[in-house]
Amino acid sequence: MQEKTLMKGNEAIAEAAILAGCRHYFGYPITPQTEVAAYMAKKMPKIGGTFLQAESEIAAINMVYGVASTGKLAMTSSSSPGIALKAEGISYLAGADLPALIVNVQRGGPGLGGIQPSQSDYFLATRGPGHGDFHVLVLAPASVQEMADLTGKAFELAMKYRMPAMLLADGTMGQMMEPVVLPEPKEPNPVPPAWAAVGTEGKRFHNVINSLYLDPLTLERTNFERFERYAAVERDETMWEEFMMEDAEICVVSCGITARVSRNAIVEARKRGIKVGMIRPITLWPFPKKPLLAAAEKVKSFLCVELNMGQMKEDVELAIRCKKPVDLCCRVGGMIPSPDEVLAAIVKANEQGG
Amino acid sequence: MNYKRVTLFAGHYGSGKTNIALNYARWLRRQKLPVTIADLDIVNPYFRTKDSEAALAEEGIGLIVSEFANSNVDLPAMPKEAYGLVNDPSVYAVLDIGGDDRGALALGRYTPAIKEEGNYEMLFVVNRSRPLTRTVADTLEVMGEIEEASGIPFTAIVNNTNLGLQTTAADVLASLPYAQELSQITGLPIKMTCAAEQLCPELSGIVPDLFPLSIQKLYYMINSEV
Repeated sequence: MQEKTLMKGNEAIAEAAILAGCRHYFGYPITPQTEVAAYMAKKMPKIGGTFLQAESEIAAINMVYGVASTGKLAMTSSSSPGIALKAEGISYLAGADLPALIVNVQRGGPGLGGIQPSQSDYFLATRGPGHGDFHVLVLAPASVQEMADLTGKAFELAMKYRMPAMLLADGTMGQMMEPVVLPEPKEPNPVPPAWAAVGTEGKRFHNVINSLYLDPLTLERTNFERFERYAAVERDETMWEEFMMEDAEICVVSCGITARVSRNAIVEARKRGIKVGMIRPITLWPFPKKPLLAAAEKVKSFLCVELNMGQMKEDVELAIRCKKPVDLCCRVGGMIPSPDEVLAAIVKANEQGG
Repeated sequence: MNYKRVTLFAGHYGSGKTNIALNYARWLRRQKLPVTIADLDIVNPYFRTKDSEAALAEEGIGLIVSEFANSNVDLPAMPKEAYGLVNDPSVYAVLDIGGDDRGALALGRYTPAIKEEGNYEMLFVVNRSRPLTRTVADTLEVMGEIEEASGIPFTAIVNNTNLGLQTTAADVLASLPYAQELSQITGLPIKMTCAAEQLCPELSGIVPDLFPLSIQKLYYMINSEV
């Protein structure tokens, strides 16, 4: 096991990506994720990797497409407005069934919005960030340790299912510092997968990396095949964490920084005799529908705590098939609810009953 | 502990400069000195000196900070009042410089005045638990970059090795040989070793020049566990 290191969330992503075997980073600076790029700029040249500051976010995501085509781990990182620019490229990655890591350290929006933390790209991430029928894996870390762990996990899943993965963090997660135990380093250049376009050496047919299909029937078939894969991802890779749910009558649903704040509020509410627990989605796509539906049989109500106007609340309502009321406690524009604000929302939900 | 009219805290980003600068300003204030702290950080968007604005006002410590700090304006702007502070010999100035060479670059415009007066300390804050200052060799690289960007050579080292809320007294003790090696190679004295105040009873008498830190409160507090 490696020694504990005090890291910013953004640094933990960068180092964990290197340890996962990523040697190709393409990006463009934007607050509050710039430390990812800064760390890569410092470290990649020393380990024979590539750090490239592209001329734009769009260029960066297409460079990721190029490296991903050779079966190597490639990544880019940005924050909300920059991710929107990458959307076309992400759709192309999905259409060509390429694995890649896209890091989104969210800030407030819409538009240029602000530089303070937000979770307002929930829809953008979970509905497929780009045109066409597709999903990306979406992982939502709630600690600097998870920033590191889920970076490795995102690469692993992206490669396994040949699909892009998005690490969906927020500005606070990117900027805050906590001790991290980093994972063991992995081989940077494993044997290229069978589909990689790395030259045939005259021994096999060409591997074609492409998202254009001239025959609509073939295109339809690739879409059906892709969604069979997505079904496997939903079945096998959904991640969540339950906290004090055994006897809970109110179920808080929250991810990332607001899950941390909620946890404080839940501990405080328990002291006041309120039976409250939390289901924290770790993968936002696939969304933990099953544990939420199971909880709907037991609890009186749900409370979503989010840094947006209730985007995840819709997924909770769908998951529980609207069997119970779902309240919302939210702050936006870069503000974060205090534990007292969440506690007040829990108290109110408790008074309302089911 | 000796002190000068101007004290500059620089170092790798995330080394703890802001917290130490705040505590050092309070320490000077306790000697009944007129003190003003200036936040010259043009790098960090979050966790700024401004978070302590109310407390500092109560303690009679002046605060100079960019009007855009903690706002949504992503501008590396310098507070205009900082010029006055550097040029006013009647006030003790504590300058919190942004991280790395990029942060230290902002100091350059004040360097001539600070050097001319010659009553300053340029302190290198270092946390051995940070990834890019783990070894003495890596640390020397960071130091050199900051000195080049700021135009002021360091005069002493501040050892601030910590793991945030999880720091133990053993972590601080384990950092001492590293700090001594850095001191030997650079020829710079170790001005102080910082530790959160709750750890100080265990360390006092063992760690030379121990400087207790009270940690800046954030507007939201979260558990150290997920």
